[in-house]
Amino acid sequence: MIGRKREERSYRLPSSPAKKTPPAESRGLYSGYGGRYVPETLIPALDELEAGWRAARADESFARELNELLANYGGRPTPLTLTERFCPQKRIYLKREDLLHTGAHKLNNALGQIVLARRLGKKRIVAETGAGQHGVATATVCARFGLDCVVYMGVEDMRRQRPNVERMQLLGAEVRPVEIGTRTLKEATSEAIRDWITNVETTHYLIGSCVGPHPYPEIVRELQAVIGRESREQILEREGHLPEAVVACVGGGSNSIGMFAGFLEDAEVKLYGVEAAGASSLNSGRIAVLHGARSLVLADEDGQIADAHSISAGLDYPGVGPEHAALRDSGRVTYLTCTDDEALAAFERLTKMEGIIPALESAHALARALDIDESLLLVCLSGRGDKDLDEALAHLRSQA
Amino acid sequence: MSKKLIIFLMSGRQTPDLAEAAVEGGADLIELGFPFSDPLADGPVIRRAAEVALAEGMRTKACLECLAEIRGRVQTPLVPFVYSALLEAYGYQRFVADAHTAGAGAILVPDLPLDAHSELERIQLVAPTSTDERIRLAAETTDGWLYLVTVTGTTGARRELSSALAGLAARARQLAPPGLPLYAGFGISTPEHARAAAEIADGVIVGSRAIEVAEGGSDDLRRYVSSLRAAIDASGS
Repeated sequence: MIGRKREERSYRLPSSPAKKTPPAESRGLYSGYGGRYVPETLIPALDELEAGWRAARADESFARELNELLANYGGRPTPLTLTERFCPQKRIYLKREDLLHTGAHKLNNALGQIVLARRLGKKRIVAETGAGQHGVATATVCARFGLDCVVYMGVEDMRRQRPNVERMQLLGAEVRPVEIGTRTLKEATSEAIRDWITNVETTHYLIGSCVGPHPYPEIVRELQAVIGRESREQILEREGHLPEAVVACVGGGSNSIGMFAGFLEDAEVKLYGVEAAGASSLNSGRIAVLHGARSLVLADEDGQIADAHSISAGLDYPGVGPEHAALRDSGRVTYLTCTDDEALAAFERLTKMEGIIPALESAHALARALDIDESLLLVCLSGRGDKDLDEALAHLRSQA
Repeated sequence: MSKKLIIFLMSGRQTPDLAEAAVEGGADLIELGFPFSDPLADGPVIRRAAEVALAEGMRTKACLECLAEIRGRVQTPLVPFVYSALLEAYGYQRFVADAHTAGAGAILVPDLPLDAHSELERIQLVAPTSTDERIRLAAETTDGWLYLVTVTGTTGARRELSSALAGLAARARQLAPPGLPLYAGFGISTPEHARAAAEIADGVIVGSRAIEVAEGGSDDLRRYVSSLRAAIDASGS
């Protein structure tokens, strides 16, 4: 499944007129977004990663190994659940990535990249984490394969996501607190990249979202595309036709790009990405360079990166994957926003009405699913909400 | 030919005074940092200096003014060290034009691979991880001299001079057009490091330690730069 080749994507706008030799920044581009804005030190490692990725994709044994892990270790396929009481006037299906091992979609990517890292002979893994879900997924696959694991996490996120910190440590990972700047995912990502620059010969950087320098956005998208592929088959089987709309939350954008990947070519399916209102790079960002890629970013007119604000640590990121920026420009995906309060209301509603506690990130998608026009919907429930209980309960109590 | 000494300073209100002191101490070239909020190539000292500079309002325009003021005071070449995010916002060609007007010679962009934006003339950087092919390309396209990044890592003082420098310098000598100056930077902080690096390369770049010393003022910086100068001049003798 992983090895399936896709044709040149129809939403990809023509790039600048053909030149004799394509400049380096034109590789890995989504309508001008993406590229490689990193120190020269990393270029050989990115070339090695890209070559390794192409070779893995062409090798059936890679797909076989990964699919076996996804099924028998991860628990795929994840079910599709039709909600009953959450919104009785609509048919809303939830893609249950919360039921994947470790409780979020992040494992799809972590498993794929760990298999790739092992093929590249890397013994040490570094990662960044915001909500802690990617850190947990990374620590999990490192435990499974016996690799050294270092996870960078902002101290503000460590406070908000205490259970995930403990989980990572129990799994044998070293969690390194990041105390600079915003003390959240943005700084944790910068620190992970700096670690990679320093230890590039022994280390694989297991990035958690479809951001970063080429080829990361492509690798993460393809590894998460399993969400969209499964969902499309499942809803066709259940409903006999495609949904009217697909909704997913967008931080860096990995669960959404994976979900959308299954439906991009189905022009009749509306696609909605939902950002946190205080971290809405696609609605209020500008073109800037962050973490090795050119994309839409919360930045000022000088290109200095601004702070994002969200109750959900996983969406609290000022950038977004370059493919999302291209999908916004082409109009194929509509990007909406959701406030902290709206997300909390949806969080509580799904819990009380369906007996499913969603991650606060996923609650952003749920909130917009309630009020968009379409009524046969597929929503990506990207993760479970156990990690958010303290934060959510504190806010809900203060509202009461 | 005497070896060159390059001192890195972060843009700021005191920087023209500091640049003057560095040149009096024997600096041949000043590299001027333009602060960026998320500098991937920099270690803790330069990151902190960037945070302070941004808090002081040192945005791109203010940094260009700082550059022009330094130009008015010293005769040495001035090289802006600027992340691509700032160029993306300001405009690549517009920046080069305005930096030239303000008195810069070449520019340095630490997070732009050497074959990206090839229309942009700049000083290229190569690292111990660079392949021969990329070192050759860097040497052919660089603007004046080639920056040898001595370590696989970010900027900042190290206890010892990187053992990777000798190998990198030897490869660069072989691959670069004859006579292209090779200057070594990253991790060089003491006169002993500077002397050892100057035995290998044509020039030595000192950043993080210079920033730390400069916190003590112009006199401290002048004395520190003089000590580096003396060490470099003693190299090869």
